[in-house]
Amino acid sequence: MAFGGSEAYGRGPGEAPVTIKILIAGGFGAGKTTLVGAVTEIRALRTEEPLSGPGVYVDNLDGVAQKATTTVAMDFGRITIRDNLVIYLFGTPGQERFWFMWDELASGALGAVVLADTRRLADCFPSVDFFERRRVPFAVAVNCFEGARRYRPEAVRSALDLDSDVPVVLCDARQRSSARDVLIALIEHARRELQQARAAGTNA
Amino acid sequence: MAKEDQWLDEEAGPVVRPYALTRGRTRPTGEVLDLIALVTAVRGVEVDRAGLDPEHLALLRMCRLPTSVADLAADLDLPLGVIQILLADLRARSLIAVHHPAPPAQLLDPRILKEVADGLRRL
Repeated sequence: MAFGGSEAYGRGPGEAPVTIKILIAGGFGAGKTTLVGAVTEIRALRTEEPLSGPGVYVDNLDGVAQKATTTVAMDFGRITIRDNLVIYLFGTPGQERFWFMWDELASGALGAVVLADTRRLADCFPSVDFFERRRVPFAVAVNCFEGARRYRPEAVRSALDLDSDVPVVLCDARQRSSARDVLIALIEHARRELQQARAAGTNA
Repeated sequence: MAKEDQWLDEEAGPVVRPYALTRGRTRPTGEVLDLIALVTAVRGVEVDRAGLDPEHLALLRMCRLPTSVADLAADLDLPLGVIQILLADLRARSLIAVHHPAPPAQLLDPRILKEVADGLRRL
């Protein structure tokens, strides 16, 4: 797949390109990169972020006095639906100390996928909180790791105390069709949320 | 490039060197572009290279067709903050045009989201 960042968007001369941002969140090791990689080629970009809190002591500061920032790699991928319509998937940094990056990332996002690992369900609580508070539509994808006990989606919904309209999907983040179904569930949920918000707005 | 590189050893750390490109600036002038904003080099203008670094020129080459900020950062393999500053320089010289992403509320056009879902089903 050509992925050089230079495919034409310009089929219809008058048509404005539409780019859609979807975030892939979840705890460290929940399968964010795997899910992005299942549906498209993974690209990486680097950001530099201020160091604060306990993270300072984790980074190797040898030889650099007062190093105030650290490099954070972020995975992303691109799905071209057609010319002028492209989805970008961004894996959010999993470690807690980089959550402050999310605000900028989440701005303008159509929605988010929160990957849950049932062996460490609590790892996805912060992601769920984040998107609930910012009213970013999200779907929970339960990554069915081999050897992990299987739970019904309703059990996960209850454990995460999710609203009844939040989709909970069992998935295998390695499988393209499974990852794709997660994204479709999110898109359809986001569309319903936007329609509701619009209806509420016109009634207000 | 190679000659300049000799002034920096490993102890300068991975953070310092990219910002040599930006002459120490860590914030772009003006707005920070969204990761999915599309950048396009303005055609038909003569580029005055004075004051532009090779990385500015590389960016201009990479965005002959509309290209996202995220893709530019990945292609040029420079930190996002540096890309933002270089893009702000190019904008100040009117060498690039920026297409900002539509807010999600404008994506409500049922046609677009249906098309997205259908497109994903074909994956």
